[in-house]
Amino acid sequence: MIKLNVQFAAVLTWAAAALGLSSSAPVNAAGAVCLPFGGDVQVNATDVPTLQRGAKLYFNYCSSCHSLQYMRYGRLAQDLQLSEEDLMKNLVFTDAKAGDFVTISMPKGGRGNPPGSQEWFGVTPPDLSLVARSRGVDWIYNYLNAYYPDPSRPIGWNNLTFPNSSMPNPLWELQGIQEQVAHAHAGEAKAADAHVDCTPAAFKKVSDGSRTAQQFDTDTRDLTSFLEYVGEPAIIKRETYGVWAILYLSLLTMLFWLLKNEYWKDIH
Amino acid sequence: MARPTASSASGIIGWLDQRIPVVDFWNTHVGQYYAPKNFNLWYYFGSLSLLMLVNQIVTGIFLTMHYSPTEEGAFASVEYIMRDVPFGWIIRYMHAAGASFFFIVVYLHMFRGLMYGSYKKPRELIWVLGVMIFLALMAEAFLGYVLPWGQMSFWGAQVIVSLFGAVPYIGQDLVQLIQGDYLPSGATISRFFALHVIAMPLAILLLVVLHLGALHEVGSNNPDGVDIKAKKDSNGKPLDGIPFHPYYTVKDLFGAGFFLCIFAFVVFFQPTFGGLFLEHDNFIEANPLVTPALIKPVWYFTPYYAMLRAVPDKLLGVMVMGGATLILFALPWLDRSPVKSIRYRGFWSKVLLFTFTASFLILGYLGSQAGTDTTTLISRICTVIYFGFFAALPFVSAWDQPKPVPDRVTMHD
Repeated sequence: MIKLNVQFAAVLTWAAAALGLSSSAPVNAAGAVCLPFGGDVQVNATDVPTLQRGAKLYFNYCSSCHSLQYMRYGRLAQDLQLSEEDLMKNLVFTDAKAGDFVTISMPKGGRGNPPGSQEWFGVTPPDLSLVARSRGVDWIYNYLNAYYPDPSRPIGWNNLTFPNSSMPNPLWELQGIQEQVAHAHAGEAKAADAHVDCTPAAFKKVSDGSRTAQQFDTDTRDLTSFLEYVGEPAIIKRETYGVWAILYLSLLTMLFWLLKNEYWKDIH
Repeated sequence: MARPTASSASGIIGWLDQRIPVVDFWNTHVGQYYAPKNFNLWYYFGSLSLLMLVNQIVTGIFLTMHYSPTEEGAFASVEYIMRDVPFGWIIRYMHAAGASFFFIVVYLHMFRGLMYGSYKKPRELIWVLGVMIFLALMAEAFLGYVLPWGQMSFWGAQVIVSLFGAVPYIGQDLVQLIQGDYLPSGATISRFFALHVIAMPLAILLLVVLHLGALHEVGSNNPDGVDIKAKKDSNGKPLDGIPFHPYYTVKDLFGAGFFLCIFAFVVFFQPTFGGLFLEHDNFIEANPLVTPALIKPVWYFTPYYAMLRAVPDKLLGVMVMGGATLILFALPWLDRSPVKSIRYRGFWSKVLLFTFTASFLILGYLGSQAGTDTTTLISRICTVIYFGFFAALPFVSAWDQPKPVPDRVTMHD
């Protein structure tokens, strides 16, 4: 039995190694992603005050362009421990009802339609319900922190994490402006370059925003946490349920173990 | 008229038994089914496969109540299950992670068969039925993977269905017949849904019944590969056999409990398993206009996918990939060793099995990665080793000097 267990352990190790090696962070179309502020961002999608602050930022700075089409206002109120009245009064600036999904009123535009986001930004701002699922929290946090002015872009901004993004920095009032150090001439060192500096040192602060660097860091973590929650509202209770489920199953397994030993004590 | 074997059971069982052979059935398959007493860890995976089958069916029933098999509704209905259906997220995670766990236990179950020669005479049919279950399971998993209609669902379907286009003359018609369209679309979703929830589960259930029926006819093998029916006591019961119930029912209950602890850990703490069980790209709705950077199947298909990519020609690649699964059918007739278990086989048999297993795992890793020249080369080498196992087996198994096999089974704990 011991010998077999060694074999078994070897196979499991192999399998685990194969699984570990092949699981990977989401990668954008360009291949490697530049995450100047790290690839292991600590966020807390189960902390209600964090989520409340994140929601406040989202509805003030994001929700006029980006819908959360699978998220209902009522569910937000419930999970963020706000009354529906408070939520609708403080975070909702449209005439939406509590049971509605978080949608936007910006027209999409495009061929045959009245002008809309297609014409204004070149692209329809994506729905962000599942962005934390597809891009990951590391990407979101880095993206929010990696903006710099770039006169060569039609919108005047560029982003190290998501090169040639069509979105101007929505949080510049809070963050202030940081320039890319290596960016001597417009368009010379594109973010997609393999040689581009991909560390916090790539940026130099040139003007202050309304928030200190530390406050802004918290803001973007809150926003990222909020989006992680929006990607999976069940995250709030998932692990709590899990503890009970595993506790119950462990006790049951222990009982089965005793039962098995009782029956098997005569087998030699 | 009561059957001569009808029991003297009274009450409801007695009433039933006079009309349908419940007591007989119980005794044949559970109460008086004698299994070798020396089953080890590896022998849990058969009952665990059954457990996962039940898990998939039960969670699947609840998912079908809320899922919408349409192009417009599929993706949103999965999110509806994850958010608005009470406990929907648990059901969905159990089903999605369940598919991966099903393959983990099935692969380990098959490896057990390889190690202990469980496919050898008289158990060839059990093995053949098992391979048929494996194939049906792969079809079932593929069909199910398309249903959430994420990017990887769409592009995975596109890649896999287009493989049928490699069939000479009728290829393109075949692709359209399978998809019901020129591209994977709503027509594909509705027919895949029908196949996933009705056709394949029925086929799998039937095959599982036959697999167990064939097993109970000839009896279980064991880690020593010793025939327990060769040595019987005065009552005609195998000396090394114990009744399945209660011995293995309680042992398998323990195994199931332990396994479910691990399963629950994944479901509640790592439901996407780092993008391996639920892939990042599949949280983006299917979009025929945007191709993902890397199209790859879920981990349990990657060994075969690596073989497909290792071959430069499409038709040949499809044949290699198909051949890699179909060749498993031939295994009972390729193995000419006089002994069953790896424990009593010679050194070279062990080397053969080890290299085969290693090549399969390496292919699994390579199939999940973007292809480069180096990975293609390694994939080719591993594909050759994979098939080389089956080519070498008749010779190695015949030449390799086995160790003496004991008369009775051995207990190691």
